Amino acid sequence: MRIATHGLTKIYDKKYQALDQLTFNVDLNGIFSVIGRNGAGKTTLIRILSTELLPTSGTAFVNNLDVVKDATALRNEIAVVPQEARPLPWLTPLQTVRSYLMWRGYSYRESKERSKDALRSLGLENLEKVKNRKLSGGQKRKLMVATVIASEAPIIFLDEPTTGLDYVSRKEMWEILSRLKKDRLIILTTHYLEEAEILGDRIMILDKGKLADIGSIDELRSKIKFPYVLRIMSDNVDINEDGVEIKRVSNRQTLVYGTASKIYNLVPYLVTNKIKFTVEQASLGNIFEQYVGEEDGGDKNEKEDW
Amino acid sequence: MKRRIGSQIMASILVNAIYAMINYPIILLNTLLAPLAILAVVTFASHGTLLPVAVTGALIMNMVSSGTSMQQDLSHLKNDMRLQDMIVSSPTTSTIYIVGMAISEIVYSIPTIAFLIVLHFIFVKTTILGGFIIFLALATTFTFSVSLGFFLSTFTSDIIQSWGFSGIISPLLTTIPPVYYPITYIPYPYRYLSYLSPTTYASEIVQSQIGVFHLGFQNFVISWVVLISITVVLGYLAVRRSRWREV
Repeated sequence: MRIATHGLTKIYDKKYQALDQLTFNVDLNGIFSVIGRNGAGKTTLIRILSTELLPTSGTAFVNNLDVVKDATALRNEIAVVPQEARPLPWLTPLQTVRSYLMWRGYSYRESKERSKDALRSLGLENLEKVKNRKLSGGQKRKLMVATVIASEAPIIFLDEPTTGLDYVSRKEMWEILSRLKKDRLIILTTHYLEEAEILGDRIMILDKGKLADIGSIDELRSKIKFPYVLRIMSDNVDINEDGVEIKRVSNRQTLVYGTASKIYNLVPYLVTNKIKFTVEQASLGNIFEQYVGEEDGGDKNEKEDW
Repeated sequence: MKRRIGSQIMASILVNAIYAMINYPIILLNTLLAPLAILAVVTFASHGTLLPVAVTGALIMNMVSSGTSMQQDLSHLKNDMRLQDMIVSSPTTSTIYIVGMAISEIVYSIPTIAFLIVLHFIFVKTTILGGFIIFLALATTFTFSVSLGFFLSTFTSDIIQSWGFSGIISPLLTTIPPVYYPITYIPYPYRYLSYLSPTTYASEIVQSQIGVFHLGFQNFVISWVVLISITVVLGYLAVRRSRWREV
């Protein structure tokens, strides 16, 4: 499936620019993770692609359907869990999924069977008649995912589906999404870079409404200046190597960023001085920092979490 | 797959009325109290003479309340639950959503409407034709009310703002205008002001059918023209100019 935009721009209230001439064209399958700082334009992009929001200018296509001109046809192909979407507290999980399916046009009977299947696949079958207000945060998030996967839509948009969940609940959600991606395209925004790295078959980095880059984790890593990280278990080391970046972190560790050859030049010194160390490939967090910087570059126009 | 419009409409009715009533029966009492409270006050204050007017007034208020309730419900579903975003991105159109939600408001009000209809049969004297005209006036009032409710709900950004709208609409359309009392009770020049409210025209039509006062043929036609025109305009705004898809 293909997603393409050309000059996609969104300006809220004629002054808040969320997307700035965003242009990309990418074939996708599995999970497509969209990452960026607060106000980078992730939610705006998802909302435009899922036909919730009209762009100010430019074009966007999902599966070769124009999100503006072909919105009606596209809506048969997509299902969305918006950011901050919550199940209605007065319904049960079964009623929640079932009503969504009926809004999509399923019959009363068919929707019941599909709802039960979806709840079962996410391990919520024992809660199907409990009021939603009694569910935990993790169960509510799972229910929202169950709601959209119960449909036939081959493209699922999930806007920050794990925000606010504890680590265990997030890992459960990752397992669910990993299963789902076998037969759906999942477009996911997240603030958790670890999540984007683990799940994302392709990752898009947005920075202040513009495309910083797009690719697999290996492709992104291959483009950055420092693709390796040397983690030294000491904050008292004497390193004089050009072409590396050294950062001392609080827990008595020193991180050295560099290329493979630069990093391995330092290994004899560490071995000789019996200093413990590990060598890692740059994580998505490291990659992200190198693309968008660490300073507080939050958009001054920031209106909300775009 | 084949899309069933009936299912799409039914989904709104289930979520906004039937499931809500099954899971929280207390809300049935809530919908019953608002129109009946004013009906009781007007009836007792007039020593029973205004009971027929108050019954039809309560029916009109119920129709208008459907619109204000719908505006609050949809605003809550849109802003607090993000349901509208999920529906916009689904095969359900705004028109199907409005129709479903409008019917859900009627379903929600069935206990009240049933009670008022019983009172109507007992205390209100009218002909069969008069009853039909009253039904049409109530249906038109319901249509403009839910259209207005939907239109406003799509522009609200939070529930507090929504309460602001309904807090204005409800007294301007039901409490202050001559809905629970005859228009002849309003002295000139204030009577002219009452014609700013579309419910005044509905009330004139209804009250003329229960013998509260005589409405000449010309005024009868004018009341219908105004009421239908307002309904058409608000219906157009709801279907064509509401903010279904965000801009």
